[in-house]
Amino acid sequence: MLLQRFLIRLLTMAITLFGVAVVVFVVIRVAPGDPIAMMLPPGASDADIARLRAFYGLDKTVVEQFFIWLSGVIRGDFGTSISLRQDVLGLVFNRLPATLELAIVVLLMALAIGGTTAILGARERGTAVEAGIDIASGAALSIPDFLWGLVLILLFGVLVPILDISGRVSPQLDLPFVTQFYLFESLVRLRFDLTKDLLGHMLMPAVALALPLAAIISQLLKQSLKEVLDLDYVVLARVKGFSETQVILREALKNAALPTLTLVGVQFTFLIGGTVIIERLFSYEGLGNMAIDAVINRDLPLIQGIVLVFALLFVLINLTVDMMYALLNPRLRHG
Amino acid sequence: MNATRPCLDIRSLSTVLPNGARVLRSVSLSVQPSEVRALVGESGAGKTMIGKAVLGVLPLSVRIVEGDMLLEGEDLGRLQPKARRTLIGARTALIPQDPLTALNPSRRIGPQMTDRLVRILGWSGQRADLRIRQLLDEVQIRDPDRVLKCYPHELSGGMRQRVLIAAAFAAEPRLIVADEPTTALDVTVQKQILRLIAQLQREHGTAILFVTHDLGVVAKISQKVSVLYAGKVVEEAETAALFAAPQHPYTRALMAATPRYTDPFASLKPVDEAVLAGLASEIAAADQAWKRSHG
Amino acid sequence: MDEARNSRSRISRRGSSRHGSGARLWLAGGWLLLALLAAIFAPLVAPQDPLAQDLMFERLPPFWMSGSEPGFWLGTDSLGRDLLSRLIFGARIAFIVAFAAALAACLVGSTLGLISGYFGGWADRIISRIVDVWMAFPPVLFAILLVAVLGTGLSSVIIAIAVIDWTRFCRVIRAESMGQARMDYVENARIAGYGRIGIMLREVLPNVVPSIMALLSLEMGIAVIVEAILSFVNLSISTDDPTWGGIIAEGRLSIHQAWWVLVFPLVTLILTVLSFSQFGEGLKARFDPVLR
Repeated sequence: MLLQRFLIRLLTMAITLFGVAVVVFVVIRVAPGDPIAMMLPPGASDADIARLRAFYGLDKTVVEQFFIWLSGVIRGDFGTSISLRQDVLGLVFNRLPATLELAIVVLLMALAIGGTTAILGARERGTAVEAGIDIASGAALSIPDFLWGLVLILLFGVLVPILDISGRVSPQLDLPFVTQFYLFESLVRLRFDLTKDLLGHMLMPAVALALPLAAIISQLLKQSLKEVLDLDYVVLARVKGFSETQVILREALKNAALPTLTLVGVQFTFLIGGTVIIERLFSYEGLGNMAIDAVINRDLPLIQGIVLVFALLFVLINLTVDMMYALLNPRLRHG
Repeated sequence: MNATRPCLDIRSLSTVLPNGARVLRSVSLSVQPSEVRALVGESGAGKTMIGKAVLGVLPLSVRIVEGDMLLEGEDLGRLQPKARRTLIGARTALIPQDPLTALNPSRRIGPQMTDRLVRILGWSGQRADLRIRQLLDEVQIRDPDRVLKCYPHELSGGMRQRVLIAAAFAAEPRLIVADEPTTALDVTVQKQILRLIAQLQREHGTAILFVTHDLGVVAKISQKVSVLYAGKVVEEAETAALFAAPQHPYTRALMAATPRYTDPFASLKPVDEAVLAGLASEIAAADQAWKRSHG
Repeated sequence: MDEARNSRSRISRRGSSRHGSGARLWLAGGWLLLALLAAIFAPLVAPQDPLAQDLMFERLPPFWMSGSEPGFWLGTDSLGRDLLSRLIFGARIAFIVAFAAALAACLVGSTLGLISGYFGGWADRIISRIVDVWMAFPPVLFAILLVAVLGTGLSSVIIAIAVIDWTRFCRVIRAESMGQARMDYVENARIAGYGRIGIMLREVLPNVVPSIMALLSLEMGIAVIVEAILSFVNLSISTDDPTWGGIIAEGRLSIHQAWWVLVFPLVTLILTVLSFSQFGEGLKARFDPVLR
């Protein structure tokens, strides 16, 4: 049952990815503007232009270009970036860890904040505490992450300058890292001075992205907790002598978490999209920041590579959520 | 120790809704040790609310405005929340109305049955497991190994109610609140479950506050009955005496509206309008007086 | 007694939501009207020419601080341009984008949603599949990609937002009209001999209008934000025209020298976005026959 579900998801995943690849490839090539012209100094000869076009495969038809590109992708060759003149896959892998670390910190933060406030609000339902949580989550949700980022920059970068407003790590630091997963590696190497510096850079972009997500989690989880808390088995647990907090954690949370989980998956994909502008805002050297540069420079191979990686992340997240849903729900597990 | 001390003693309990309407109107009733007290009334009369008030699980919108509840002499209203919870967990249990919703769908049966014993009463896991198997045997579940590993949706309604009954008796509570425990079951299963509750009650000597709307059930299981109408106890009597000679007009009307197996062709009379009107004006007058005395 | 409790809580919820929605509606509507009037009459209202640079007056602080100049109420940016005037002219672009993009997205999305939800069958299957594929793209990346493809400019921004966000209308309206299509009065209208399209327009459409209105208002807020983001990364309209996102980008650069260049557009943007979403919620609460 579970395996079958997994295989079906895997198939749809492949189809979606193929669709995204086709769409992005076609859309970019329909666009006006010649990327080659931007690379060459004015006055370059027609022969030079033709040579470069041939080098990047732009002299062939769109269909030919697509299959050349696709066969490359399957072999792991995403082509060469036009603006940076480097291997696309290398560039993407260089930047992806920064974005992944940011996204994971955001997700953990949003789950912690959203989960705690939801549980607190459900426990104190009908009181001023719940009303306060409602107002806070309403505000966090109505203001998009881009604006939260700016508010944070003003608060903690200018008014009380305690955090760094740009970059991923202080440039004067000597980094011993061999991978691009700086935060993870600093923890493994027990270099907590570096961890502190990395988190100091990451905190504001992470909070900006986490606030709206935390608010959604909080609202939905609190709602389903409150529904579950009226059910008979929860009443029975109270009669057994468990405290309200124990009742919520032991009896209600798991069942209430199921509807929230699906939503967290959808929202997490939006969050990955949101990293694009937040990375730009905080000059954080991640994939999203590079994506904007690639678009501005009309760097076709790089754009394709990045979008495909984003799409891959999306389907992987959806797959994970689907599998977790099945694992948490005994009805599906033993269908 | 006072030998005649009631297991549960409720003294003039009143509850109100946020709009000030009284739901329970100075309800007094007591349950002696090892006694089954039936609480009968039509839906909306507040009988479930009495059970919930005793167990401390009233809905948030319902507020207790007067009255005391004594569980084996301990005044529940005067205890700190934690002490009260522990006391209720140790000495009472609930057999719920709907076995389909009374078990957590995402937890296995075993832990759901033992968690009170282990986590509230501090038993060892092994002792709790042994005890639960003994109780499952008493409710005639023959394959405890399988049942304990099941999720609720893998069991039938009757099986789940047996599990819930076994769990209720497992900690040897002094008082069990049975909240319409047979209403949600098939008619054929109802009788078995009722017989099971009666049998376990006799063997364990547990006092039961048995909430029901079904006079037939009352006759089978209880020694004493309180008849509730609109949050007010209108009559209280030994079960046999009540059926032999109902005193209150509402009780008589309720009996006339109940079908009888012995005389299935007797015509059923709905409760007389005049009786209800009389009760309504009586209650309105009582509410007026209550409002005056409580500002 | 359960019934009594439920109806009670329903009454109180209804009462409070209506009470709250009144104040929200007026506050939000008031701000939006103010901003809209400023945008329409920008040449009359703005104290200075928003494009006039004056290096004598660069980075003037707002009026209450020492060193400010009369006539430059909110100070100037690093090129000596008047911030208030730039915000007022920026409102023009913000509102044009908000109205045009939201209306376009609404028209496309609601129509497809109505067809999909009311007719069901193949139409529904095809439209739903397209929506799913659309939703797989991260919106911000999608917007940047589209503007890169379409080229910068006001119309590209509007088209990009409409192309991305029609799915929001489509999903909600599909679900609602699907519910409506099962209602008895739709059945009655069919028995009475009305055509399918007639029923859709006469019976179903009016019942989903409150949702469309609320979504439209919400979408305008989103459009304002997307426009600001695009002009922040310099992919919106030409750099000369003042836009809120463009001013924010300048403010971000000179944040340590002139914080006001970031603060004022940010406050304006937050107020506008909040107002659009609250206005939408308020409208829905007021006109939704079920909630009322």
